[in-house]
Amino acid sequence: MKRSRWLTLGVAAATTAMALAACAPPEKDKTDNTTSSGVDAAKATSVADFGTMDDLVKAAQAEGELNVIALPPDWANYGEIISAFEDKYGITVNSDQPDIGSQDEINTANQLKGTDQAPDVFDLGQAVALANTAMYAPYKVSTWDDIPDQFKDANGAWVNDYGGYMAIGWDSAKVPDITSLADLMKPEYKGKVALNGDPTTSGAAFSGVMMASIANGGSADDIAPGVEFFKKLNEAGNFLKVDPDSASIESGTTPVVIDWDYLGGAAAANVSTWKMIVPSDATLAGYYFQAINADAPHPAAARLWQEFLYSDEGQNLWLKGGARPVRADAMAEAGTIDTALWDALPPVTGTPVIPTDAQTTAAAEYLAKNWADAIS
Amino acid sequence: MKGSGRRFAVGPSLALAPFLVFVTIFLFVPTVTVIVGAFQSDQGFTLDGIRYLGTKAAVEALKGSILLSASSAVVGAVIGALVAYVISSGKPDGLLRRGVIAVNGVLAQFGGVTLAFAFIASYALQGVVTVALRPTIDLYGSGWLFGLPGLTLVYTYFQIPLMVIVFLPALDGLRPQWREAALNLGATPRQYWLEVGIPLLRPAFLGSMLLLFANAFAAYATAAALIGQGAPITPLLIRQLFTSEVLLGGAGAAKALALEMVVVVALVMGAYAWLLRRTSRWLR
Repeated sequence: MKRSRWLTLGVAAATTAMALAACAPPEKDKTDNTTSSGVDAAKATSVADFGTMDDLVKAAQAEGELNVIALPPDWANYGEIISAFEDKYGITVNSDQPDIGSQDEINTANQLKGTDQAPDVFDLGQAVALANTAMYAPYKVSTWDDIPDQFKDANGAWVNDYGGYMAIGWDSAKVPDITSLADLMKPEYKGKVALNGDPTTSGAAFSGVMMASIANGGSADDIAPGVEFFKKLNEAGNFLKVDPDSASIESGTTPVVIDWDYLGGAAAANVSTWKMIVPSDATLAGYYFQAINADAPHPAAARLWQEFLYSDEGQNLWLKGGARPVRADAMAEAGTIDTALWDALPPVTGTPVIPTDAQTTAAAEYLAKNWADAIS
Repeated sequence: MKGSGRRFAVGPSLALAPFLVFVTIFLFVPTVTVIVGAFQSDQGFTLDGIRYLGTKAAVEALKGSILLSASSAVVGAVIGALVAYVISSGKPDGLLRRGVIAVNGVLAQFGGVTLAFAFIASYALQGVVTVALRPTIDLYGSGWLFGLPGLTLVYTYFQIPLMVIVFLPALDGLRPQWREAALNLGATPRQYWLEVGIPLLRPAFLGSMLLLFANAFAAYATAAALIGQGAPITPLLIRQLFTSEVLLGGAGAAKALALEMVVVVALVMGAYAWLLRRTSRWLR
């Protein structure tokens, strides 16, 4: 009896295996991406490969869709940027998993590789961007020359898109005004100071600790004083271990938030009493990285998206979200920048620090060893 | 002569197929992926993932997970057992019993983001209860809700109802005749409980507690929604390793941690099954 039951199980399992094999995803049918000038859109490295800008638009419209990933609508004004792109070109933008982090973008791209669901473009933090350059298709936008050399890969694998400064934001209706990082130690801020995420996970929070380090005698090479700062903040009972977002800011759950200036500002869009400073003793700048997925299911649309982002229109849309677009200086010179928005950014004094990839990696290793202890 | 009945029957095995497909896709494949992934890197076989389990971060997270699961299981089991006792001593089809069972059935599944949000809305800095009590008591302190203490409280919220549901059948199995027999033989109620009731219920109680432990140990969404800083428990450390944009290449270590969790839960559930067998000897 026992044996026949196992036989039954075996047969059923074999059936299962066959059924599973039948369920394997179908091979992507390879559509012809060749442009009018005879270039494969997935290999195009500039508009010239398509012919003219109109040819690029036509090729992108033929694809009809664009997959973007990890672009929260209230992050650097991406909500408006996406709808502006859709309206202008009549291309549907599929915005997948808006709230995930940079490493998740890469994970998702790998998992969906070869399907038409894979992301076409990336918007990544520095560490993840530089660790995965083999996944990008090099492309130089028409405004390439406006972008300072330090903000782009010489071959066009990636380009910085927008950046900002680490800032402290607070709801002036709920807590006293803040003039420096040291203020946060005061008893008035007990259980009220939040950092945008865990610095061993989130790039923004990592930069927050780096900022605290610079304000306390550290540097881009030495993040230890920043960890020490948060340790003391935690011991004082002031460190609030909540991951802040627009909802927590609006409800008053996180009255003080350390974050990129453009994110804090956008998250607090509905709080009229929200104020923000870039601490004068710790100006830390950081830029995000834009790249095209080499396996993009919509290669022409991905390239058109880049052209749009780096056009005056796209750059001003980022600026509208409080971010500093990478072409800002060139646009200010050419008079194409939205001066009202440009002048409204929080004032920054002192020389900004931009940590290099090596410095970031070293600091991240220090955090991995010491952060959990510091805040427990 | 009729068939012996030992012949292979196609019908029943076909009926089993959907279940096997389900188990293969959602249990077997993920488990194998985790086990294989725990020993794999870009270069092939590696023990780095397993070695990671010995690091301070991994050990601390495991300790946190066990502490959280154990404390929420003990609190949940004790309170849940008392509630179950109250229900079982009421009318078998009374309003109280039906009402409490229905509510518990819902609450035992009320974990995750919704539950975390409910507690944030009630007990965070601007939570309804915190604000109402502010003149007299500082309920909020420096944010205990967002650490292990808060997590323990939130977990008991779904542990107690689960205990009621799994422990009630054991209490119902306690036949009134046994009590009458004990009393007839001159036992005091205290003696009855100490020498008959509790020994009979002990395996069921411990078993239920183990189930609660596994339930808390494997929970992720509630903790993920509540805790944004640090990785005090293993599921959150796995999240951190998979999604970190600062520390890259943690996927292997994350899978090793997942394997560690599978082992812990397997041990606990093995003990649970053993206790359940002992219970069912008496309480059928």
